[in-house]
Amino acid sequence: MSEPIVTFQDVHKSFGDVKVLKGIDLEVKPAEKIAIIGPSGSGKTTIIRMLMTLEEPTAGDIIVDGNNLWKMEKNGKTVDANDKHLRAIRGDIGMVFQHFNLFPHMTILENCMTAIIHVKGENKEKAKKHSIEMLEKVGLGDKLDNYPSQLSGGQKQRVAMARALVMRPKVMLFDEVTSALDPELVGEVLEVIRGIAKDGEMAMILVTHEMDFALDVADKVLFLDEGVIAEQGSASQVIEHSKNERLQSFLKRFRS
Amino acid sequence: MITISAISEIFPVLMQGIKITVTVLLASIVCGYLFAFIAGFCRLSNNVILRKFTGLYVEVFRGTSLIVQLFWLYYALPILFGIDLGSDFWAGVLAISLNYGAYMSEIVRGSILSVSKGQTEAATALNMSSFQRMRLVIFPQAVRMMLPEFGNYLIQMLKATSLVSLIGMTDILYYGDILRSSNLSQAPTVYLLVLVFYFILALPLIFLTRKMESISKKGVASE
Amino acid sequence: MNNWNWDTFFEAFPLVLEGIWITIGLTVACYLFALLFGFVWTFLRRIPIKPINWLVTWVMEFIRSTPPLVQLFFIFYAWPMVPVVGFAMDPFTSAVLGLGLHFSTYIGEVYRSGIDAVDKGQWEASTALNFSTRQKWTKIIIPQAIPPTIPMLGNYLIIMFKEVPLASTIGVVGILQMANNYGAQNWAYLEPLTIVAILFLILSYPSAILIKKLEVKMNTRFDKKAVVNSSSSKGAV
Repeated sequence: MSEPIVTFQDVHKSFGDVKVLKGIDLEVKPAEKIAIIGPSGSGKTTIIRMLMTLEEPTAGDIIVDGNNLWKMEKNGKTVDANDKHLRAIRGDIGMVFQHFNLFPHMTILENCMTAIIHVKGENKEKAKKHSIEMLEKVGLGDKLDNYPSQLSGGQKQRVAMARALVMRPKVMLFDEVTSALDPELVGEVLEVIRGIAKDGEMAMILVTHEMDFALDVADKVLFLDEGVIAEQGSASQVIEHSKNERLQSFLKRFRS
Repeated sequence: MITISAISEIFPVLMQGIKITVTVLLASIVCGYLFAFIAGFCRLSNNVILRKFTGLYVEVFRGTSLIVQLFWLYYALPILFGIDLGSDFWAGVLAISLNYGAYMSEIVRGSILSVSKGQTEAATALNMSSFQRMRLVIFPQAVRMMLPEFGNYLIQMLKATSLVSLIGMTDILYYGDILRSSNLSQAPTVYLLVLVFYFILALPLIFLTRKMESISKKGVASE
Repeated sequence: MNNWNWDTFFEAFPLVLEGIWITIGLTVACYLFALLFGFVWTFLRRIPIKPINWLVTWVMEFIRSTPPLVQLFFIFYAWPMVPVVGFAMDPFTSAVLGLGLHFSTYIGEVYRSGIDAVDKGQWEASTALNFSTRQKWTKIIIPQAIPPTIPMLGNYLIIMFKEVPLASTIGVVGILQMANNYGAQNWAYLEPLTIVAILFLILSYPSAILIKKLEVKMNTRFDKKAVVNSSSSKGAV
């Protein structure tokens, strides 16, 4: 077995007095697809937001490719990570957001190109070529010069995926990427994710409410409940054969 | 009465003041925007001292009158600090630009703060540094929000330039006052023409403001 | 070169302070004038005849984009010279008219934004209830349109307070003119002008905070609907 690319070790997170996560242990292997399901407020999104460095854990360690994400060595002592340290590590990670968060002042193409040019230092021609390829892959090759406000929700989310993919992360995070979409637009987005998953080489963590989709795509499903991982296993184990009562009642609400 | 001969007599005299009015206006606009951005960013800085100090500047200049600030700079600065601003010109420009810079810094700050948090998060997820996040993502969006208000302040600054006649600068109003004191019965024509002069200067600013408003409506988040 | 002198400061302080009632009185008078005249603009702009509407809009734009200082001079120096209609006024009255008129154009816009923000359904409902035009305005529209604009109107009170010292140029003896007089007599401007600045800060800063609080309260009460451009108090000259 290969080394995990991401490891959570007893990670806790509180917002004020509210304990959202109470000890998360988790390993993600390269190319592994993990789906996190659970009731809203159970802390699913918080897990991936900590990995993306958008929230700082209250306790515990997150290891990315052998490096401690939120801690660093300074003069022989372990201290909280600074921005430079975070930057060095989070290049391996990409994220797609529930509300797309496209840059409204940039065209679709610029949305994709900007970070490769300024963060990865690629030259403009190459960046443009890669971005166009990626946008074609998600089916938006004809919208390069449009602005986000001119697109449908499903199209926006596909741009957001292309923007994240073109950075070639080793781990890609999907934060309820279909829940802000009109029902008829969900399919096109899931189709793109399926395509990405088939490509294989990238690890994926999906926070989702789409059970059938999770069953289809994920190698492993985690059921998060009240701040802990209450159940985990292969998709069919968790979704179809679990004995956990809270999981059963949670699933019932989605399967009706 | 307003007669053609009176106008043709008054017009060239007032024209002499145009240069000063426009120069003071342009210098004030440049310095005013500069102060606005510097102060706006300082108030968002992590450095507490810098933040408090800029806050003090903004509150003092917003809390007092421009005309008081003008006189204060004109009389007091040379006395108090031995700084000779060299000319009335800089006392006028500094007063106007420090005053409006203070007001506009609030717009700069407010606009930057009102760019949605998701934008910062998306930029972080693309591994941009904090400087890149500001330069590539936050600032370009914030500027669009600033435009309409910035446009309004252009006209405010134009009106403010009339105050420099009070410290002896030879702007349009200064020549108007001279004409009035030499022939009081001419006063209605003189001041009406002065107002028309200012309005003609304001017109391009009014249209620019409308243009800025329409630019700002484009390319803004629609989520 | 004389530097800061505390003796001068304390000597000038009571003298400058004497002007405060004129300054405050003029502020209140100008403000009331602007509040009333603002209604006139709002009314004129609603006249549904194209040329009149166009004319009113541009007259308002003219008053708004030309310096109040010049308008003040026009009313004080030029108006008495205007044939037939002209008459002389004392400096205080001239200042009330000049500054009041200038700011009434801003106040009129505030009223308009308030009226525009009243839901269209309210008009339809009051028609359905067979109110007369007068009743529609007094019983339904204005009571809803004005309260949400109160914070903005409050901001204009503070703005006008800071504009009132312009009246010293035509001889209204408020705190600024008191300071100038003292300066001219003793050739010491620094201390009295600083006193003026301090007095302005003392009065305007707490009022600004008060209005901010009022704004927050109003926003929650009126669900933010009618508050246009509320957070930035414009600095007008």
